[in-house]
Amino acid sequence: MTPNPTAPSKSSRRRLVAAPALLAALALTAACSNSSGGSGDGGGGAQTLSGDCAKYQPYAGHSGTTVTMFASILSPESDNLEKSWAEFGKCTGIKISYEGSNDFESQLPVRVAGGNAPDFAIIPQPGLLAQMVKSSKVVKPPAQTVANQDKWSPVWKTYGSVNGTFYAAPMSANMKSLVWYSPKTFKAAGYEVPKTWADLMALSDRIAKAGGGKPWCGGIASGTATGWPATDWLEEVVLGTYGGDVYDQWVGHQVKFSDEKITAAMKTVADWMQNPAWVNGGYGDVKSIATTTFQDAGAPILTGKCLMLQQASFYKAQWPKDTKIGPDGDIFAFHLPAVNPAIASPVEGGGEFLTAFASRPEVQAVQNYLSSSDWASSRVKTATGWVSANQGVDKSLYTDPIDRLSADALTDPGATFRFDASDMMPAAVGSGQEWKSLTAWFAEGQSIQKTAADIDAAWPQ
Amino acid sequence: MSVPGTPSPAVALAGGAWGDAAIKFANSFGAIAGFLGILLVVFFAAGRARGRLARPLAVAVFLGPAVLLLLVGLVVPLLRTGYLSLLNDDGTRFVGGENYGWAFTTESVQEVLVNTLLWLVIAPLVATGLGLVLALLVDRMRGQAVYKSLIFMPMAISLVGASIIFKFVYESRGPGQSQIGLLSQLAVALGWDDPPNWMLSQPLNTFLLMAVMVWVQTGFAMVVLSAAIKAIPDEITEAARLDGAGGVRLFWYVTVPMIRTTVVVVLTTVMITTLKAFDIVRTMTGGNFGTQVLANEMYSQSFVQFNTGHGSALAVILFLAVLPLVAYNIVQLRKERGVR
Repeated sequence: MTPNPTAPSKSSRRRLVAAPALLAALALTAACSNSSGGSGDGGGGAQTLSGDCAKYQPYAGHSGTTVTMFASILSPESDNLEKSWAEFGKCTGIKISYEGSNDFESQLPVRVAGGNAPDFAIIPQPGLLAQMVKSSKVVKPPAQTVANQDKWSPVWKTYGSVNGTFYAAPMSANMKSLVWYSPKTFKAAGYEVPKTWADLMALSDRIAKAGGGKPWCGGIASGTATGWPATDWLEEVVLGTYGGDVYDQWVGHQVKFSDEKITAAMKTVADWMQNPAWVNGGYGDVKSIATTTFQDAGAPILTGKCLMLQQASFYKAQWPKDTKIGPDGDIFAFHLPAVNPAIASPVEGGGEFLTAFASRPEVQAVQNYLSSSDWASSRVKTATGWVSANQGVDKSLYTDPIDRLSADALTDPGATFRFDASDMMPAAVGSGQEWKSLTAWFAEGQSIQKTAADIDAAWPQ
Repeated sequence: MSVPGTPSPAVALAGGAWGDAAIKFANSFGAIAGFLGILLVVFFAAGRARGRLARPLAVAVFLGPAVLLLLVGLVVPLLRTGYLSLLNDDGTRFVGGENYGWAFTTESVQEVLVNTLLWLVIAPLVATGLGLVLALLVDRMRGQAVYKSLIFMPMAISLVGASIIFKFVYESRGPGQSQIGLLSQLAVALGWDDPPNWMLSQPLNTFLLMAVMVWVQTGFAMVVLSAAIKAIPDEITEAARLDGAGGVRLFWYVTVPMIRTTVVVVLTTVMITTLKAFDIVRTMTGGNFGTQVLANEMYSQSFVQFNTGHGSALAVILFLAVLPLVAYNIVQLRKERGVR
């Protein structure tokens, strides 16, 4: 469960910032709006684009058409999306009518079942994609979109596929295997960024013995979605201990939660995030992890009460505005090392998939464009906070150090990338029992055996 | 935007937004105008009708819209929910009573039912009782309007808002850290060095959540009961006093019987609100730590886990639980009206 719990908080924080920015943008564009030539506004049919628009030639010929898009991304973040394809729209004359909703996950199935499907939906969970494909309303992508997929590592294609058929091209990627820390605090205390799991554990122990702040803080409270950060911890450990194959079998329930491999991984998580000497810096005991919101969890790092937090790349939005983020700033992040050194650079992440519900030529043109490296580069240039695992995006376009770090890990051909497991498991488990049981595991000190058995029991037959 | 000559996306965006807004406004105005026009035509036509048809037509015109809205908004969804509760998780296969079996045999759902029952009994009783006591205390006080307004004030806050306030009150920090929650700080001030993490302390946490409901609903109970107490004719209380009744006896044998129907209406109204209390639990614990209630579980089954079968079955159970209360409430309201 990635964007849903974060969306409201992120957007509400940024809305305050957005108003003056928008005013400035309006003033700027008012000054130079006359010079924009309407090169693409001509009639349909065999249309040739020239000048700045020439690169959109493959998508031309559908001027005056409108394509609808529905997603969970809200303003102001959705404004960056719209800006990223504004030039495309101007040149080709295809209007992308975007609608964002807080209730995307529950509204989309209703709309599709009611025969009112949008042309496109940006779906963040492969599980929801599978559910939509089951409704047989999802349209297979055109050949060009499939070809564009070559720029992504092959595993991504499987996440956009249902039962071996490719349906939806990924638009963005995010990296979850990060540990946030303060380079300043580390430097002052003489700590090194650990390269292996053993180093990480040794460092945690050293920090704990040194007194002062505790090595770790964490928070898994997130309203109805309480528990999701704990699923990430377990996923990181499963992937970093056993590698991709066991992880895939676990997602498919061939390896159950009560399998000794998974309970051993839970033990590893318990030794790490349920170690009373190591957590919960700045908040209290182990149980306080269950009542600390994931948004608040990292705040004690700034005051030195806690030194590390495992949380995804999108946690960047939670730091106060004047925090200096960078390798020698107040805050930065490092790649969580693999538990088992034999597993090459495990990366757990998430992403969003462009799903089409129509096959009109203009819909396919948009689908082709949004799956291309050109669009990915355009979006990266528009604003920070967006990472693509598309190999065709020039890395120097990433101006933000966290974006760059994530992009490097996500496009690393040697990395073991896997999608967030709870997003792929059936909703009854991945956004239901697993959240609840892992929360009870932290909050009530429930045993690993009972936690695992409860989750297995909720798996749909 | 820095390079002149490139298209200006922001202007296009802003223009698009204004255009969209204009279209939406035009659409809504058109719809309202059309609706009024149709109403006028219908009323006019019905007004012209004479003779045998006039009365049934008038009944149909006045009753029609209400019945139609009731059908669309209540009866059809009710029937559909009932139907969905007999189907599997995505509504594609008939499973009979399986979902109800699940609801009554699953351990976690049993806990939900027990919690809901606790809420149903305790929160309304405490809110009404407190409301009654406050109404009596404030009744003969000088400046009672001020006290009443203060006590009634929480009623103006949404349950979500109230929950967020109390979430801060119950916030807890480990020993050695400075407490930021009011309750924890009070406990520390009273000499309790390490107060528990309130939201995690079962079964105390369920009662702490109920406190939010009581805080909000007490004002409502007090205002309504206070009005009922004032409506008791002075002759009756005076007569009782002359007969030697005072204090507690006056309260139990005169005041309470005189306002009995109002007490019942207040009690049942708070009960119905309590049964639907989903915002408090959702905001404060998300249904974790053993505090889940029926309404919240129903929501999470239907819209988080997308299991419409389970969700609908819980909705039907909730509906059946509320039904007798609503019926009793209406009967009492009618009685009260009859008295006046």
